[in-house]
Amino acid sequence: MTHSFPWLTLLIVLPLAGAVALCFAKDSSVRLIALGITAANLLLSLPLWWLFDSSSGGMQFNETALWISTPPIHYRLGLDGISLPLVLMTTMLMPLCVLISWRSIDQRIRSFMAMLLVMEGAMIGVFAALDFVLFYVFWEAMLIPMYLLIGVWGGPNRIYAAVKFFLYTLVGSVLLLVAILVLYFQSGHTFDIVQLSQAAVPASLQFWLFLAFFAAFAVKVPMFPFHTWLPDAHVEAPTAGSVILASVLLKMGGYGFVRFSLPMLPDASMAFAPLMITLSIIAIIYGAYMALAQADLKKLIAYSSVSHMGFVTLGLFTFNIQGIEGAVMQMVNHGITTGGLFLCVGVIYERTHSRQIADNTGLTTPMPRYATLLVIFALSSLGLPGTNSFVGEFMVLAGTFIWSKLATALASLGIILAAAYMLWMIQRVAFGLPSQHMLSALRDLDRREMATLIPLVVLVFLIGIFPNPILTRMHASVNQVLARTSVPTAATAMRADDQLLPAPTGGDFPAMETPRP
Amino acid sequence: MTFSPGDLFLILPELLVITAACLVLVLDPVLSSSQKDGLAWLSLGTLAICMGLIASQMNHAASAFGGIVIIDAYACFWKLLLCFVAGLTVLLSHTYLREERLYFGEYYGFVLLSLSGMMVMVSAADLLTIYLGTELMSLSLYVMAGLKRSEPRSLEASAKYFVLGAFSSGILLYGISLLYGATGSTRLPAIAAAIAGRSLDDPLLLAATVLLAVGFGFKLAVVPFHMWTPDVYQGAPTSVTAFMAVASKAASFGAFLRVFVEGLGSLKANWSAIFLLLCIATLVLGNIVALVQTNIKRMLAYSSIAHAGYALIGVVAAGVAGTQTGETNGITAVMLYLALYAFMTFGAFTIVAMLRKGGLDGDEIEDFTGLAARHPLAALLMLVFMVSLAGIPPTAGFIGKFYVFMAAVEAGLTWLAVLALVFAAISAYYYLRIIMVMYMREPDPLTAASPRLIMSPALSIVLACAVAGVVFFGLYPGPLVNLAGHAVLTFK
Repeated sequence: MTHSFPWLTLLIVLPLAGAVALCFAKDSSVRLIALGITAANLLLSLPLWWLFDSSSGGMQFNETALWISTPPIHYRLGLDGISLPLVLMTTMLMPLCVLISWRSIDQRIRSFMAMLLVMEGAMIGVFAALDFVLFYVFWEAMLIPMYLLIGVWGGPNRIYAAVKFFLYTLVGSVLLLVAILVLYFQSGHTFDIVQLSQAAVPASLQFWLFLAFFAAFAVKVPMFPFHTWLPDAHVEAPTAGSVILASVLLKMGGYGFVRFSLPMLPDASMAFAPLMITLSIIAIIYGAYMALAQADLKKLIAYSSVSHMGFVTLGLFTFNIQGIEGAVMQMVNHGITTGGLFLCVGVIYERTHSRQIADNTGLTTPMPRYATLLVIFALSSLGLPGTNSFVGEFMVLAGTFIWSKLATALASLGIILAAAYMLWMIQRVAFGLPSQHMLSALRDLDRREMATLIPLVVLVFLIGIFPNPILTRMHASVNQVLARTSVPTAATAMRADDQLLPAPTGGDFPAMETPRP
Repeated sequence: MTFSPGDLFLILPELLVITAACLVLVLDPVLSSSQKDGLAWLSLGTLAICMGLIASQMNHAASAFGGIVIIDAYACFWKLLLCFVAGLTVLLSHTYLREERLYFGEYYGFVLLSLSGMMVMVSAADLLTIYLGTELMSLSLYVMAGLKRSEPRSLEASAKYFVLGAFSSGILLYGISLLYGATGSTRLPAIAAAIAGRSLDDPLLLAATVLLAVGFGFKLAVVPFHMWTPDVYQGAPTSVTAFMAVASKAASFGAFLRVFVEGLGSLKANWSAIFLLLCIATLVLGNIVALVQTNIKRMLAYSSIAHAGYALIGVVAAGVAGTQTGETNGITAVMLYLALYAFMTFGAFTIVAMLRKGGLDGDEIEDFTGLAARHPLAALLMLVFMVSLAGIPPTAGFIGKFYVFMAAVEAGLTWLAVLALVFAAISAYYYLRIIMVMYMREPDPLTAASPRLIMSPALSIVLACAVAGVVFFGLYPGPLVNLAGHAVLTFK
């Protein structure tokens, strides 16, 4: 299905144009313009939800134009059921990021808003790009605005955190660039992501390419040994920066795995699955344990992210429909829930100028509305049935169960620990005794803050109770990914054949018959 | 040698530049100091006419003076780039020299003379003519490096540059003489024909190749022949540094590629091994040493060394590639890299030249502290140049690296691409440091000794050209890629 209207280009260009427009705006109107543009982008993205044809697993809203002729690099955009929810999540979160920064950012507000808008354009570009080079350009283009967001508007240790974030992600992504180039020469001189997802790459080469992809995506997710940049970056970033980092940037790692690693390198993905699942489980348990020990609210949520993102990678490498759909669900849900939690921390930080749990206790009496919302997000984060996270985590665990019962049992520990650290946090922050010297600062949420948090609360319950609209939209696309990885190999003994479509690549590529491990 | 008047027409751009240079030198003593601005405009006008002429020659391959000089698209590509950079240099110098109180009209004469040498280098097909061009370029640069006569650093730069330059010229000449002994000619086509069937292990050819590589290594400032670069770049007036870092490097690469690919093409296996070693050494040392610099001119000097390393990857790829397309892609990548490098490096040096502290260059990295708060636009431009030098999209620097690495992967040098990209990531650290200092530190309270920016319309034009090149070619490199690709086809 092709739409003649350039939805995606508009979604990318509007924020970028907005960033330029901000340079010429009056100081007093900067916030309003940024809000207007992000809201307009949200409105612009909403029709995609209904225009999307969920019966097709192919790319929709396609746009193609030649960008560079030698080598053939295209400006090629499109969405499928995996990227659509992520794009909508992005457009939905950005107005909230603008709102939460309304008063907390008081220096260089113009540049700050411009950076947010540039980030929005680049992030949508990452999810919508269907040319590998274009993808890489968007992927890397996010680094500088994010570096500035952390480094200019961040906390006391911001410069260290910003540089660490930048170097970690850059080292990961340069290897991705080499892999892109190698893939170009190995699979028929194309950068087209759809074509590359059909191409056959020799298994021995897949091994190396997988490692290169892994370097880029595992740092972004972040997976267990590569996560150390995340607590620093999250803690030091301004609230909007933390929200963008946690809700969108981390998703790009998971998105990278499901969009590139699985379909382009199916054999290697299968071969690496045990390692990936082990690392995921370590991340789930280790992240949760670390979260348990934190005295800083932001750090607690940061480590809980490591744990929750472990479920994403766990689900992806189970190679069955529950696992992968659960992983994508978990990405969206983590974006909503953790975004909400970071916004909550931002709100309280504005009042008490402390993120320490010890300084922010007993908020229910002075701030009943705030405490209610905080508890909702916390319960969602620990995966309470009826909230959004339950859906994703349950599906991931169900998928893992097919793969290995032991892995499921271990991963479930993460949920128990999540209940422990989240409930303990709530116990102290919401229900403890308020510290007297802070009491005067504790006003309850005003209208702007309510407007920031309520949309996310609505989504928490909406997805938690009625997840089907998202699942039906991603079903066909996930099946396509699965079709690539379902080519029977010795690496796995999964039994989910009844859910799979026939492999579309069978006869076209005799090179698929290369020896497998 | 046959000579026809038509030949003179073919080298009209060079003749024009030399004439203008002489005119500047003659007019300089006659003009009063207030009229000396005219010399800059005279130079600019000449350069503009030259660029028009060169552009018109682009599609007609011709040779002059019995094959000593070749006017092909390849030569025209480099000449256009060189004239453009010389134009930017004149504009930059116009303000910078006034600020430095260097009222030498002959400065522009030296820029033009040096330029003419570079133009000869890139269109010569005879080793001696190339040598002649190199010397003309270098001698003018030695003088320009020492123009700040009151400053010991500038004089030291000039002396160092001269001694090492003369030394390297000697080595180059020795290589040429050995090659002449082995082949009986100094013409590149004749040399290529003479060595076509020779064994790779021929000691005479081997020695000549090594000597030529060393000679050119000095001019390109690749490790281990880079020792002069940081001192000279730091000591020379910043406008001269910008000119050296961009134009002299581009011209040297232009001549270097012609000598090795066209003249010594059948010795590929030998020289690509040599350049592979030089390339790795350059990438490693250039990037690592740049990390610890506290003076921005020295940092940019090491960065320019590192960038020569990236360009060398293209040369190695051209040498190693088994196919004709692989070879042309390697050379295209080098040309593209140098052209894109010109915009970002010149832009960065221009900002450095603009920053003054108490009547002197504000060239310590500390001097950039809090620039974003005082001069947001200048800081933004510097940010763009730094991001581009680090090779992060969507800037020209990324496009340059992309094509170089693509050529490397095509030639089967994936490991080299990985190594170079890891060092590119390391290099991001020192470029980021400039951004960090500008944006994330608050400036000290304003005093008379605080660094300040000089501005002038001429500088605005320079910066506009540089940033336009970086951004436009970063987003839409097509035209430049096609131009370089077309130029390469006439080569060989």
